[in-house]
Amino acid sequence: MKTSLSWLREYVELPAEITASELDAALTNLGMEVEGIVDQAGTILGDLVVGRVLTIEELTGFKKPIRFCTVDVGNPAPQEIVCGARNFAEGDLVAVILPGGELPGGFRIGARKTYGRNSNGMICSAAELGLSGDHSGIIVLPADSAEPGVDARSIVGLDDVLIEVEITPDRGYEMSVRGIARELATYFSVAYRDPADIACAGATAEVPYPVTIDDTVGCDRFAARVVRGVDPNAQSPEWMQRRLIQAGIRAISLPVDITNYLMLEFGQPMHVFDLDRLHGGLVVRRARAGEKLTTLDGVARALDAEDMVICDETGPISLAAVMGGETSEWQEGTVNVLLEAAHWDPVMVGRTARRHRLFSEAAKRWERGVDPALPLAALQKAVDILIEHAGGTASPLVLDIDNVVAPVALTLPSSAPARLIGLPYTSSEVATLLARIGCEVSGDEVLSVVPPTWRPDLVAPIDLIEEVARLGGYNEIPSVLPPAGASRGLTPAQKQRRSVGRALAENGYVEVLSYPFVSPGVADALGLPPADPRRSAVRLTNPLSEEEPLLRTTLLGPLLGTLKRNLGRGRRDVALFEAGTVFLPHLTSTAPPELGVDRRPGNAEWAAANAIVPEQPWHLAVVLAGDIEPAGWWGAGRAATWADAIEAARVAVAAAGIAEDRITVRAAENAPWHPGRCAAILVDGEVIGHAGELHPAVLAALELPKRTSAAEIDLDALPAAPVVDAPKISTFPPALIDVALVLDRTVPAAEVQAALTEGAGELLESVSLFDVYESEQLGGDKRSLAYKLTFRAPDRTLTSEETIAARDAAVAVTSSRFGAVLRGA
Amino acid sequence: MSYRNDPYDPKQAVLLAPESLEGAVAEAEKAFASAADLDALQALKPAHLGDRSPVSLARREIGSLPPAAKSDAGKRVNIARQAVQAAYDSRQAELEADRAARVLVEERVDVTLPWSRRPRGARHPLTTLMEHMGDIFIGMGYEIVDGPQLELEWANFDALNIGPDNPVRGASDTFFVDLPGLVMRTHTSPGQVRTMLDRQPPIYVVSPGRVYRTDELDATHSPVFHQIEGLVIDEGITMAHLRGTLDHFARAMLGPDAKTRWRPHYFPFTEPSAEFDVWFPQHRDGPRWVEWGGCGMVNPRVLTACGIDPAVYSGFAFGMGVERTLMFRNGVSDMRDMVEGDVRFTTNFGMES
Repeated sequence: MKTSLSWLREYVELPAEITASELDAALTNLGMEVEGIVDQAGTILGDLVVGRVLTIEELTGFKKPIRFCTVDVGNPAPQEIVCGARNFAEGDLVAVILPGGELPGGFRIGARKTYGRNSNGMICSAAELGLSGDHSGIIVLPADSAEPGVDARSIVGLDDVLIEVEITPDRGYEMSVRGIARELATYFSVAYRDPADIACAGATAEVPYPVTIDDTVGCDRFAARVVRGVDPNAQSPEWMQRRLIQAGIRAISLPVDITNYLMLEFGQPMHVFDLDRLHGGLVVRRARAGEKLTTLDGVARALDAEDMVICDETGPISLAAVMGGETSEWQEGTVNVLLEAAHWDPVMVGRTARRHRLFSEAAKRWERGVDPALPLAALQKAVDILIEHAGGTASPLVLDIDNVVAPVALTLPSSAPARLIGLPYTSSEVATLLARIGCEVSGDEVLSVVPPTWRPDLVAPIDLIEEVARLGGYNEIPSVLPPAGASRGLTPAQKQRRSVGRALAENGYVEVLSYPFVSPGVADALGLPPADPRRSAVRLTNPLSEEEPLLRTTLLGPLLGTLKRNLGRGRRDVALFEAGTVFLPHLTSTAPPELGVDRRPGNAEWAAANAIVPEQPWHLAVVLAGDIEPAGWWGAGRAATWADAIEAARVAVAAAGIAEDRITVRAAENAPWHPGRCAAILVDGEVIGHAGELHPAVLAALELPKRTSAAEIDLDALPAAPVVDAPKISTFPPALIDVALVLDRTVPAAEVQAALTEGAGELLESVSLFDVYESEQLGGDKRSLAYKLTFRAPDRTLTSEETIAARDAAVAVTSSRFGAVLRGA
Repeated sequence: MSYRNDPYDPKQAVLLAPESLEGAVAEAEKAFASAADLDALQALKPAHLGDRSPVSLARREIGSLPPAAKSDAGKRVNIARQAVQAAYDSRQAELEADRAARVLVEERVDVTLPWSRRPRGARHPLTTLMEHMGDIFIGMGYEIVDGPQLELEWANFDALNIGPDNPVRGASDTFFVDLPGLVMRTHTSPGQVRTMLDRQPPIYVVSPGRVYRTDELDATHSPVFHQIEGLVIDEGITMAHLRGTLDHFARAMLGPDAKTRWRPHYFPFTEPSAEFDVWFPQHRDGPRWVEWGGCGMVNPRVLTACGIDPAVYSGFAFGMGVERTLMFRNGVSDMRDMVEGDVRFTTNFGMES
């Protein structure tokens, strides 16, 4: 909503010296978002003064005619100014900006030599002053309008303050000078005059034009007046045009301008029909589905059965409340007009505007709510202005079909505002504040409050409490901490997610937060088999990019994209991780049950609704390319491998508080990993994810470096971290013994270690693999795995016999299970 | 008294003479002092402390003395011997100290050499900022709740008093999916709804997380961004409690001089509603008010839809943008930096934001 301070001042007695920042604060504290307050006087810096042209000397010999003038600007010596305009004569009063001044757009004025003469300033056009687009010549002021040397700002019309505010959707009444002026009057406690409070002709028994309303829900009031014989060439007065332009509305013609002007001033959108182009009585009704109407913007529209239309015998002639039609609208040459001021259902208008994508100024007001009491006053003022400027005769007949339901009284315990706001408002303070916005208030302990007609947003006691808080001043509310809650801290899952993220970052991985949108081609690029559940993805019906309409079912797609972006930016060694949700739809497209808002959904309903919400588990993924340990002066780097990806998964699971002995790693085949370099990660025997090197075909498809490795685990599948039992620390010395086992290469090291651990018994403190050896001598299908076993007893120093017995027991299990033999034995 | 292998030779007793012993000591001291290193010192040892050294030979002569003289001579020899030993020990200690000092000098390294063999990673500043925010609220007695990002339309809109005709429910603001009744949540507020359905008051929770709106990515917008939202439902909760909470949070986040300023606003799910600015003295462009978020008292319609009796309980809710906070607090000037995952951006923040 754009308007000007001078317009507001017609209805509210604001302090004369009010500053832009005071106005800004007032509007802001009233709940309007101030987009701009521009003091036009401040748009021009320096001296803009009235000058009288004393002499004009025509300069010739240049590409265009140029004038060298002397101008009296109130100084003893006249000002010499070179000017390219020709629409003035000696003795004319003009607007002069003197050297040192600045025009809009940062155009600085200096004294300079031009066309061989001194030019000390500039004689200004309306365009140069930012008043209009008129470049045709300089401004010539009315004779004797001022003395030379006085400030010219107010004389040329640069004396207003332009205001632009954003109105919240609940406060339609503020989309008018009437409403904003009323709010400011309330804020500053100053006098206010309602522009709609004028004597106006009431409905007559006989109507000026026959109108029937078929649907009083869509249209609960329809008023109209007729004026005949207006001068079709009459122009809108300059003040009206200026205010329309200030509000960002183009001046079109007097009748149309009047309706726009009153929409701005009253907040009542109106329509002006050419009486001679109407055929038969008007009917206000719902459109029939498929009916056609060409609106004023030239668009032929198919109507919906919910749209309201105004029809004559020819069918729909206006898309009610939103936009008129081509065949009935005022046009050039119209002499007989029918002015309409109605009241439309805001829900209907909102839907129609959205359906037809017609967000007209009228529709914006209807959707937010228009005062239904306005039509007759608006019509009266429209008729008055029209006749004043275009002549004609108003019909004495007034149509007013009024089915408006009056606002109902709301009951408000006078203690309720204080109880919710936290300021001790008394009953009389509450009543006074509500009366100031136009409510009729009665009662004491329990107030009965009838909202004014322009406040359709006040429908519940809470709406009144909000008004008390707002008018009393939000910033008066004290700052008090509430009684503390009784927090249990982070949930186990939240703690795990934090620990996992921290552990990976400490281990060299950089966290990213990728968008979850993926292209359908990602599943193919990742080589997911046809029946892979990760191929079943939720699809956005209105994606930002048609290429990426799916929600990720694995973190790897987007994460590998981020990896690629980093590589593309010249990074060679990249280790990334991401923790986030994936979206796994249930194989159903059942709609959830309809849940109401007038009560809590029943547990069964709520459960049924949630049953269709796709699973959205938190996953963790890492990707690695290049060196994980960089080269440096110390020597070569170490390339990241499948093993690092598996270790990252172990690090994550361990950080989640899961003990090493509950984690198992075993060979697996799972896209998008290399079938020979993929591990399944298990916790308590359940697979929670995979890790390893990515499949060469996947890397080729995604144009990623060879050997790029990755891991992805389901964090939600991790058991909660248990309370850890303290270990018993033995102070007796350890007994160390190495074993080298020769066995088939196909036997996984993890299983050999598990067998050793199992066989060694309780005396085993730790076991670690320190060598993997393959040779011709051992045989092509064999390898040697060398382990360091550490034994220790809690209560004694182990004898060598005990140690060897334990070692033999450990080896015996590997022998019986895998045929392992002690190397060199 | 007889010495079978060492017949008495009175000539030899001359070694026991005090001047002889003093001379031997002086000789030894001089020799030891001249030893340049431990090896040289070691080589001198037999000559002055060995079996054939003057003091050792002098000791042998004691036997040839008359008994009355033996004790005196013995003392003299011992004193001399100890003096030689002391000279040796002292020189040895000196030379050992020299050697230790020399080793330390030889072992000097350039400690400024880089050793970044295990590069550090980093956590995304949005993650750490959300954790920081969450921790402040945990300190104030709140818990952190999560909710699905692909959410029931009812929880994202209807239950929050955002009726079917509200324009934000259109495809120009909200992402819809090919499953009926579901949307990408447009705010973290459905987390409030779920909390109210799951718990009885008193409720003190915050809900940080990802939200979605159909904005194209540019310097100040992203279709995917993060909010943190708070909800308190208890008996006797007022707007003053909301103000106190936001003021405390602002100070905890942004320093002791931070404070909030409210502007009346409209949100369907709260009434009264406000937008709030925060006074941020450390802003890189100078102290100023910064728009931070929205807040208000939970609309009774929302309480009703979530099964909480508005006659008994009242509550407040507030929310702010995490990206927005990171932008003004940490001077991030372009939304894309937080989105693209460039490791140079994230690494800069390390483990905390």
